Amino acid sequence: MNNQEKLFQAFASALNIELNQVSPELTYNTIAEWDSTAHMILIAEIEGVFDVMLDTDDIIDMSSVAKAQEILTRYEVQF
Amino acid sequence: MSELIPEDWFEMNPFALNQADKEIKMRQTLTSLHHHHLQHCEAYSNLFSDASMDSLEDFPYLAVRLFKYLTLQSIPQEQVFKILYSSGTTGQTPAKVILDQDTSRRQSKVLVKVLQDFIGKKRMPMLIIDHPGVLKSKDSYSARGAGIQGLSMFGRQPIYALNEDMSLNIEVVQAFAETHKNQPVLLFGFTFMVWQHFLQSLRKSENALNLNSGILLHSGGWKKLEAQKVSNEEFKRVCRKTLNIEKVHNFYGMAEQVGSIFVECEAGHLHAPIYADVVVRDPQTLKVIDNNNPGLLQVLSIVPGSYPGNSLLTEDLGSVLGVDDCLCGRKGKYFQVLGRLPKTEVRGCSDTQA
Repeated sequence: MNNQEKLFQAFASALNIELNQVSPELTYNTIAEWDSTAHMILIAEIEGVFDVMLDTDDIIDMSSVAKAQEILTRYEVQF
Repeated sequence: MSELIPEDWFEMNPFALNQADKEIKMRQTLTSLHHHHLQHCEAYSNLFSDASMDSLEDFPYLAVRLFKYLTLQSIPQEQVFKILYSSGTTGQTPAKVILDQDTSRRQSKVLVKVLQDFIGKKRMPMLIIDHPGVLKSKDSYSARGAGIQGLSMFGRQPIYALNEDMSLNIEVVQAFAETHKNQPVLLFGFTFMVWQHFLQSLRKSENALNLNSGILLHSGGWKKLEAQKVSNEEFKRVCRKTLNIEKVHNFYGMAEQVGSIFVECEAGHLHAPIYADVVVRDPQTLKVIDNNNPGLLQVLSIVPGSYPGNSLLTEDLGSVLGVDDCLCGRKGKYFQVLGRLPKTEVRGCSDTQA
């Protein structure tokens, strides 16, 4: 699995949605499954999958799948 | 609505502006918000006019208890995203706060910016002094749950210290202290619950924890502790003795202005960040009174957009202690809260659960 596939998979399992529902455009709070509680589960999932430690700025900035990818790039995860 | 509250607010250090510059900036944003509410909230436009405001003290304020009796909203129904209920229990009408996506997002952003200045950006292992059931019901979004959820952004793998019956889960707590020995950890709870169900339970069972690199944040009102004659100093002393924690920060905030909280600094003073301010008024005449004199607290915040909650007269007493010159180095006003105006309801996240 490449990193983008890993990221999509992390969203699908953390938010408990189908993999085909995940796209770069998927945005926080636009689907019922991605609410503030699920957001913290998602953060933990992403930290585990990519072995990174996200700070509080990252948590509030991570408003879409594309944004998550951008943030991870700063932690030297390559897409 | 985002254009009402420019994004540059969130790029600044929340305590770097001196009071004069901060007031200019706040006044601009609060004026736009005032006009927004006049246009979009009928109850608000019935009460206030669009007279110009020359200083923060000129902004009209709503009595905070209006949120119990009226549904105050400045957005069309289809934009309502969440309704926050304050922690009212039997015999008390809960306050109702209408949120849209923008306001909800701003609440988190402001909370993060303010708290980062006290505890840093890094997230720490977290012990929540409450029981996990408090978050379970998604339909009733309580202020207590919202507080825990907001603070959880600062934690990793949050652990709950209490059982459903509010008894202390000592095994979990001891394991937490052992696992994170000598590491920075974050503890959060409502003041009365921290005192009664955590500190007192530890003392009774003759347990002490060594969380020497820990930070304890707590909020939610002192009324019940005042009745037990427990002061902030005593609270901190017991934290040192029972938890070996030196860094204890109380914060003052309310469900009607989630996000823009006033955090106690290292010198023991509550600080207004750039997003918020306090004005002290005479309880009888409602005129602004001088620093160091106690009166009713009016709180201002740039956070609310979906409801007219930017300027509220609370039922809390307090006094401004100084401006721009706190020993901790933070600019702006610093103040203390002295308790509640007599004859008001018992209110507050921690006072409603005995």
